Amino acid sequence: MSDGSAKPELTGTEPVAQESEIPHDSARLHVTGRADYVDDMPEPAGTLHAAIGLATIARGRIAAMDLDAVAAAPGVVAVLTAKDIPGANTASAMGKGVHPLLAEGRVDYHGQPLFLVVAEERMAARRAARLGRIDYAPEPPVLDIAAARTAGAAPIAAGLTVRRGDVAAALESSPRRLSGRMSVGGQEHFYIEGQIALALPREDDELLVYSATQDPGEVQSVVAHMLNLPANAVAVSVRRMGGAFGGKESQPAIFAALAALAADRLKRPVKLRPDRDDDMTITGKRHDFTVDYEIGFTDEGRITGLDATLYARAGHSEDLTRGVADRAVLHVDNAYFYPAARAESRCLFTNTVSNTAFRGYGGPQGIAAAERWIEDIAYTLGMDPLEVRRRNFYGEGARGVTHYHQPVRDNILARVVDELERTSDYQRRRAKVIAFNRGTAGPIRRGIALVPVKFGISYSAKFMNQGAALLSVYRDGSVHISHAGTEMGQGIHTKILQIAASEFGLPLSRVRVTATATDRVPNTVPTSGSLGTDLNGMAVVDAARKIKARLADLVAPGLPTEEIGFEAGEVLTPEGRVGFADLVERAFKSRVSLSATGYYRTPHIHWDRAAGRGSPYLYFTYGASCSEVAVDTLTGEYRVLRTDILQDVGHSINRDIDLGQIEGGFMQGLGWSTTEELWWDGSGRLATHAPSTYKIPLASDRPAVLNIGIAEWSENAAPTVMRSKAVGEPPVMLALSVPGALAMAAASLADYAFPPKLDLPATPERVLAECARQRQMAQRAPGVRAAE
Amino acid sequence: MATRTRLSFLLNEARADLETVPTDGTLLEFLRLTRRSTGTKEGCGEGDCGACTVLVGRLRTGRVSYEPVNACIRPLASVDGCHVVTIEHLGGARGTHPLQEAMVGCHGSQCGFCTPGMVMALEANRLADAPVDTETALQGNLCRCTGYGPILRAARTVGEAPMAEDPLVRANARTAARLAEMADGADLELSGPGGTSWLPASIDSFAATLAARPEARIVAGATDFALNLTKRLEVPPALIFTGRVAGFDRIEARDGRLHIGPGVTFAQAMPVLDAHLPQLSALWRRIGGPQVRHAGTLVGNIANGSPIGDGPPVWIALGARLILRHGTERRALAVEDYFIDYGRQDRKPGEFIEELVVPLPENTVLLAAHKVSKRFDEDISAVLGAFHLRREGDVVAEARIAFGGMAGIPKRAAHVEAALTGRPWDEATLHAALPEFARDFTPMDDMRASAEYRLTVARNLLVRVWLASRGVDTDLRELAHV
Repeated sequence: MSDGSAKPELTGTEPVAQESEIPHDSARLHVTGRADYVDDMPEPAGTLHAAIGLATIARGRIAAMDLDAVAAAPGVVAVLTAKDIPGANTASAMGKGVHPLLAEGRVDYHGQPLFLVVAEERMAARRAARLGRIDYAPEPPVLDIAAARTAGAAPIAAGLTVRRGDVAAALESSPRRLSGRMSVGGQEHFYIEGQIALALPREDDELLVYSATQDPGEVQSVVAHMLNLPANAVAVSVRRMGGAFGGKESQPAIFAALAALAADRLKRPVKLRPDRDDDMTITGKRHDFTVDYEIGFTDEGRITGLDATLYARAGHSEDLTRGVADRAVLHVDNAYFYPAARAESRCLFTNTVSNTAFRGYGGPQGIAAAERWIEDIAYTLGMDPLEVRRRNFYGEGARGVTHYHQPVRDNILARVVDELERTSDYQRRRAKVIAFNRGTAGPIRRGIALVPVKFGISYSAKFMNQGAALLSVYRDGSVHISHAGTEMGQGIHTKILQIAASEFGLPLSRVRVTATATDRVPNTVPTSGSLGTDLNGMAVVDAARKIKARLADLVAPGLPTEEIGFEAGEVLTPEGRVGFADLVERAFKSRVSLSATGYYRTPHIHWDRAAGRGSPYLYFTYGASCSEVAVDTLTGEYRVLRTDILQDVGHSINRDIDLGQIEGGFMQGLGWSTTEELWWDGSGRLATHAPSTYKIPLASDRPAVLNIGIAEWSENAAPTVMRSKAVGEPPVMLALSVPGALAMAAASLADYAFPPKLDLPATPERVLAECARQRQMAQRAPGVRAAE
Repeated sequence: MATRTRLSFLLNEARADLETVPTDGTLLEFLRLTRRSTGTKEGCGEGDCGACTVLVGRLRTGRVSYEPVNACIRPLASVDGCHVVTIEHLGGARGTHPLQEAMVGCHGSQCGFCTPGMVMALEANRLADAPVDTETALQGNLCRCTGYGPILRAARTVGEAPMAEDPLVRANARTAARLAEMADGADLELSGPGGTSWLPASIDSFAATLAARPEARIVAGATDFALNLTKRLEVPPALIFTGRVAGFDRIEARDGRLHIGPGVTFAQAMPVLDAHLPQLSALWRRIGGPQVRHAGTLVGNIANGSPIGDGPPVWIALGARLILRHGTERRALAVEDYFIDYGRQDRKPGEFIEELVVPLPENTVLLAAHKVSKRFDEDISAVLGAFHLRREGDVVAEARIAFGGMAGIPKRAAHVEAALTGRPWDEATLHAALPEFARDFTPMDDMRASAEYRLTVARNLLVRVWLASRGVDTDLRELAHV
């Protein structure tokens, strides 16, 4: 296993139960309020509480910081600034670029942390944090993509350019071509549990940090660098997070490092839990993008060439922008073959929060743009967008290679789309929608769209494609697992338990996963990219098989391990059945090691970023969704009437967990593409910094009818754990059928003669603006049957 | 009646008696920080996510009636004499409640952080006299993981469990007896490190206390006020609560008018409003979620002077009046005159709104109110238009049209009204009236909407009213499922 060439067949690794039987491993704790998050852990005696003082301008020099009133406030124990940081003053993910933990001399976004207050009580710290008197020499901030393009500053990270063929020539010789621009908004993660860290000083300058993080290794590294400590002096632990979605990949390091700074300085436990508004103000979000494109196509709707430039708002530091923008470039194909293509990313500096990972990681933005030009083509040619989509699906041979030169070998999209078209009754309903729109005298219009999604699985940063586990069998036969993956609600621990239980033939109750901890499994990569189970599940299999081999060797030396069965709590040896626990005890007495590390690295992937060529993905997942909406063309308000989804998850390890990921991902994508709007005022202050102003979907925003199916027949062609496929991110993009349907409803006002230009998020305001644009064009164009 | 200085309530099984109650103390902080009862979560600290939902039970006609409450914005002082129930207690002696079992069985939790609040909101709906559909019951609860489907299924599954076996139902009589024992009808004066909270028990006592301490901040449902504590971090020196005053929660129809006391919550008023003003039913169901509607009061929604409160435009359109009282003095004031300018209201120190009086319209009146917001439910209006058109034959005899979100105060559309009044209710009149909006309003750009959108939508809401009056279907929510 650890040679990187995983066996294609994992015989005997069927999950203990396949159907709807295995709930989330913490479900009982969740529902009774007994699941402990970091803020729920008993605070050690003497715990102090920290709060962060925030910048109130978006850009400028700090002329002076007068913190006397802060220090003098009731209950305050210490006030710390950048000067108090003994090592590296950086929160930057993987050491990239400049991202000060506390501002040094200048401010680059409104809400940037300036200083840390430590007090006996949380409210005392928060009150004191507002008493700083800062003199700024303000400079005009660069706040958005348009301004950044005008300003023309150097990119914050190198862009990626991917090419195939002669795009200029292809466009030149295209029967048809058009160009456009699309804006795709960012998104606040809105994990319900906010950022938090609790740092405990230990003897000999060691630190233990409880952090709500997807990446304990990164937190450990940032804390150690910040304190000039070796990594072996810092332990980071996370049992679970109350949601993360990418927002706890690089961002938790800020809070963990500041708590650690205070704990180290004061030699007392320090907890830092920012208020929700501060959390939303300080932390990065999904990148908003503007995509400029030119597309060539035939009269039959076949794409001949694409030239696209993707501008990403990075914010004030690089963070994970490069990878996000790379994935956007690698997903501007979505499911479509471009005979000639050039796609390029530009990572723009702005005086706003440093944007970061968010479920989909650039994929949603790239795919949203792809669907925009599909719509352009369809409306220009008067075709059903689904037909245009189909005509451009990847095919065989030369038509089966992406713009970054990876062959699409496992393509099952046509089957997925055909099946969904049938089960959603798309054709009949589309005809009904068109008839309704033709026949109505009222303000309500309808729209329907069926959108496919292809999503690449693996990190393009090759080194990150690794998983690790520590598996221990105790003398009573119970099994304990630590692995590098973190639990944020996605159910990774449940799947890991199933994998381990299946390997050992044990009931789930005999296996336990506890906190992810850097002192048990070192050098973790973040749990992200939908890869948690792919990477760490394989590592657990590797560890389990090592121990199984030792046990097999004990009962049947020389016999291949595969011939020793592990099932129903027993081991099938040549001499007969032995209880697992009995054999384990025998192994212990025979001085056989009962713990093992497991390791996995993804095979078959390679990526040459400089050349923009390679096969960065081990495999693709496929899905499709069909949504129907009703739009009030007087106000732009809308409802999603029905959504049908079919998603490929390979051979599912836990069907209910996968269904939960699909539904939850779809709804999160629905929020991103409809009501979730980030709004900064003219001074660069984020005005949507709380749920009162930032609107994620509610239960009542769920489509009135939501049918979710898994492509049960799919099995991963790539050698993954139990032939499963990653499921975390792809469903986010399934939501794109909703703006597609909204756009159709608006386009009906001009009899579908003009491509809609609905930017995201498609708030009621944007939908109404598009309705107005369509009405205007209908009035100007003779022959178009205008709506009243 | 004697004054009591100790706060007493039931917390799950045990009685809590507190000699010191800070004016900035919330129920959530008490639970999580003082009692280290951490099952109740904090998500936002402003009553918008519902993660901190608990049940607060009050003695009503001999039994305990439970409401869902956002503990994060619930002043601790306000739970005197109540039964506070948290997630840890829900299962009773059996350990887990059928709702909790259903949530496990239906995979209703992923990260689990919203889950305790979800369970409590669902339980509140189960216990309600008139349970609503689950989507409505969860208007005040955000989940970022599940997409809600599994939670809705859990609610449906548990619907079959007999209520008689619910631990809170089984214990109701016993709990009622314990609360009855605590109900002393006394005025409360609670002191804390930064200030004092008064909770008078009678109207006269309230009036006298406030007149004597005009600096005291009046607290009703606290859904807006509490943000001063959790977000502005204030420690108010003096608070006076309406919640304990006998008679403040009175709502009745009398002489063709609705008389609404200052303690009447949206939840309490809705059945009465529905009976007398059925045209507005949908509107009330879009104010906050159940937690907010059970706490927020109709009068508080006026009194705080917000330009985006959802009630004031409606009351202005209906020609409602306020009775203001200072000590024993009273005066009447039209609701529209209460709002002087942004942040300024016609209420003197020591004065309070004793009653909202709403004239009920005749049958010939076309009454409508439309709220437009980014998200359909639990959102603050970008624009809210209220229309009251009295027609004589085909002619608009009187028009009262008021908008929220269009100015620094809730404001009438005087020019639009003038363009309609005395004219036939027809398309020509409509088109003549539409340009008048630009004379009435200069709305602003903010995170909720642009000025242009607000103005367009205001016009189009009048179009919607017109179309609806001609029988054209304009209601998105009425659409049949496909």
